[in-house]
Amino acid sequence: MLVKKETLARFLVVGLVLIAVVIPFGGQWLSGRNQPAINELHARMPENGGWSMDTIQAKVGQPLHLHITSDDVVHGFTIGKSDQPALEILPGEYVDTTLTFDRPGKYTFYCNRWCGPNHWRMRGTIEVSGTGTPLALDPQPLYLKLGIDIDSPKAAEAIPSKLASADRGAQFARLLPTYAVERDTYLSTSPAKLWLRLRAESALASLSDQDLWEAVAWIWQQQTTTEAIATGQKLYVTNCAACHGETGKGDGVMVRGLPVWDAGSHTSGDMTPQATGEGRVSPPDFTDPKHLLGASPVLLEGKIIRGGMGTGMPYWGPIFTTPQIEALVSYLYSFAWGYTNLQVK
Amino acid sequence: MTRLDLTCFPWAKTLLRSRWPQFLLRAITLAGFVFTILAGLFGSVVGSHNFAIIFVWIAWWTALKLFFIPFGGRSWCSICPIPMPGEWLQHGGILQPRGKGIGLDRRWPHFLKGSWLQAGGFLLVGLFGAVTLTSASVTAVVLLAIIVLALVLSLVFERRSFCNYLCPIGGFTGLYAQAGPVEVRVKDADVCAGHSEKTCYSACPWGQYPLALKSSANCGLCMECLRVCPTDNIAVNLRPWGSDLGPKTKHRLDEAFLGLVMLASALVDSAVFLGPWGQLKSAAYAIGSLPWLLFAGVFLVAALGVLPGLYAAAAWAAGRLGPSKTTLQNALAHYSQVLVPLGLMAWIAFTISFAFTKFSYVLAVVSDPLGWGWNLIGMSGTAWVGQATSFSLLLQIVLLAVGLFWASRVARRITESARPAMPLIAFSGIFSLGMLWLLIG
Repeated sequence: MLVKKETLARFLVVGLVLIAVVIPFGGQWLSGRNQPAINELHARMPENGGWSMDTIQAKVGQPLHLHITSDDVVHGFTIGKSDQPALEILPGEYVDTTLTFDRPGKYTFYCNRWCGPNHWRMRGTIEVSGTGTPLALDPQPLYLKLGIDIDSPKAAEAIPSKLASADRGAQFARLLPTYAVERDTYLSTSPAKLWLRLRAESALASLSDQDLWEAVAWIWQQQTTTEAIATGQKLYVTNCAACHGETGKGDGVMVRGLPVWDAGSHTSGDMTPQATGEGRVSPPDFTDPKHLLGASPVLLEGKIIRGGMGTGMPYWGPIFTTPQIEALVSYLYSFAWGYTNLQVK
Repeated sequence: MTRLDLTCFPWAKTLLRSRWPQFLLRAITLAGFVFTILAGLFGSVVGSHNFAIIFVWIAWWTALKLFFIPFGGRSWCSICPIPMPGEWLQHGGILQPRGKGIGLDRRWPHFLKGSWLQAGGFLLVGLFGAVTLTSASVTAVVLLAIIVLALVLSLVFERRSFCNYLCPIGGFTGLYAQAGPVEVRVKDADVCAGHSEKTCYSACPWGQYPLALKSSANCGLCMECLRVCPTDNIAVNLRPWGSDLGPKTKHRLDEAFLGLVMLASALVDSAVFLGPWGQLKSAAYAIGSLPWLLFAGVFLVAALGVLPGLYAAAAWAAGRLGPSKTTLQNALAHYSQVLVPLGLMAWIAFTISFAFTKFSYVLAVVSDPLGWGWNLIGMSGTAWVGQATSFSLLLQIVLLAVGLFWASRVARRITESARPAMPLIAFSGIFSLGMLWLLIG
């Protein structure tokens, strides 16, 4: 009798332990059995390993199922140059999404939540193969065509003594030479350079320095729209403010406590990166006009596309479309002109 | 003092005598233990979605301090699965009484006896706590190491050597079980005196002799003595809380050390997990780094220097103020009883602070134990982070006040007059204020 009970007890112990082992492994097998091919993607801060897949393969017209979760903090999942709404990836929670691509090519997926100092490194590629018109290659950035050295930006040669009002500048519009209001001039010239050039015009000798600055502010305002500035602001707040700060002062949460940027530190990245690999310097203060008034739109566009070598500024070329970058540039100048809240035509 | 012997009730006696109820509970906890290790190793790395973290550090750890110890002393030890595999081999069976199995059956080395190693183990838990408590895989590895160690030790040494001398939780529960309301004692000492076989002692996995039991610290409530007693002379008593604490019970220096380590751990855990100091949290988490070494140093100085120093000063003063002279070593050991109610109530108050706010995670991880997106009982994703309510804050103040009052009463009982109790009460007061500041301030 005792032996029978002992045997029963042994069976019970072994049986219960087996159930404990079967639940995780059997459950995984069961839940995986009836699912279509699913790519499980784990989001982790770059310090913890980054995305679990750097490259995801997909085929034109065939749905790509992604089963995404975060292993540490809140991340985002979104695809560069697309209208795909960003997904919020919460730690331990799974989000499913299905993507279908109709053109072959390389797409960039990235995290859009400021998850840590190396947040921007959370990028990966979706390689879409198959038939169809391939994604167009990006045109060569204008800074390369024009041969502008974006790694040694010059401080503005001249700055206004007080904020220049674009609205007041409108009254001098008819006095301005034709080249001053052309798009090409705007793109390739910094506000300070244009101001110097206009200052040298004898026809404008009657205008005071401040009048002339206001004329330049008006020119800059002519090159954008309220919508573009609003778009630029949205992009800036989501992507740039982490380092550059919401008010453009270069005091974003990710760069606090880092040494201040100066022109000498802006080299082509031959310095040894920090252990965190990121954030060597604080970005410049955009509200100080000597920075932005010395930079042409092409230079700013180039920096956004390629990033700032050795400064920790990431490259946004694979993520923003050309109109988005243009909008961003026009929003940036609002820090220098102070027309953030101003009505723009 | 009044006692209520549970074996007077036939149904309770049947439940306690039969090996089945306890065996079944242990078999279930063993399966749960194995599952916890697997969940920790293979489940989600996100702690709040992993059964291992939530069940070990929220559910079990809370239940131990709020339920098992205050209402059952070492009752958890009676259903703990950790010694089970080892005992199977040691006893040659799992349900039958102690028999001849395999193993060297050596005696535990004399110099390693006492609670020293348990206290050391608890210090280690505290030093690495920030990672162990938040990383499911580390939790799993620790559990695995513990059960393997218990198994190996049971093959080398006799009885439950691991539980008696090494298990940090055994040290914790044993210490506070002295204040618990349950005890196993003999009914009639004369009956035992006439019984020469001492079947109870041979059957006891803990190496205890029921007739000699004065304290519940080392009795694991396994009921083996009750089952083998030929004369039905074992009582399982419900008793007033704190019954083991008094002028007559003997206490050792290692109990004082254990009690002090527990007090220091309560303070440090409160500071790390509940305090507003982010740098302290990251220091405790960054094991091996300079800030962590600093944290470990401060922790060890507090646990081995400051707190014992204050206590030693109080015990010395109490010894000096008392009418009869005693050595400092005796004073340290004897007065260590004050640390029991003080520590127990501090740990309960500490537990209240997170038990209410985090309890919602328990059902969510039952529904999705591995954090793989399952929904077994439809409760996945129902976890919410609770807020500390004014009720729980008030409760913590009351618990700490009860702890101080209780410790003061014990101090008064174990000293011969009011004067020598004063330094011990002052020590208890300083500790309670420290806890109050960390929990509420």
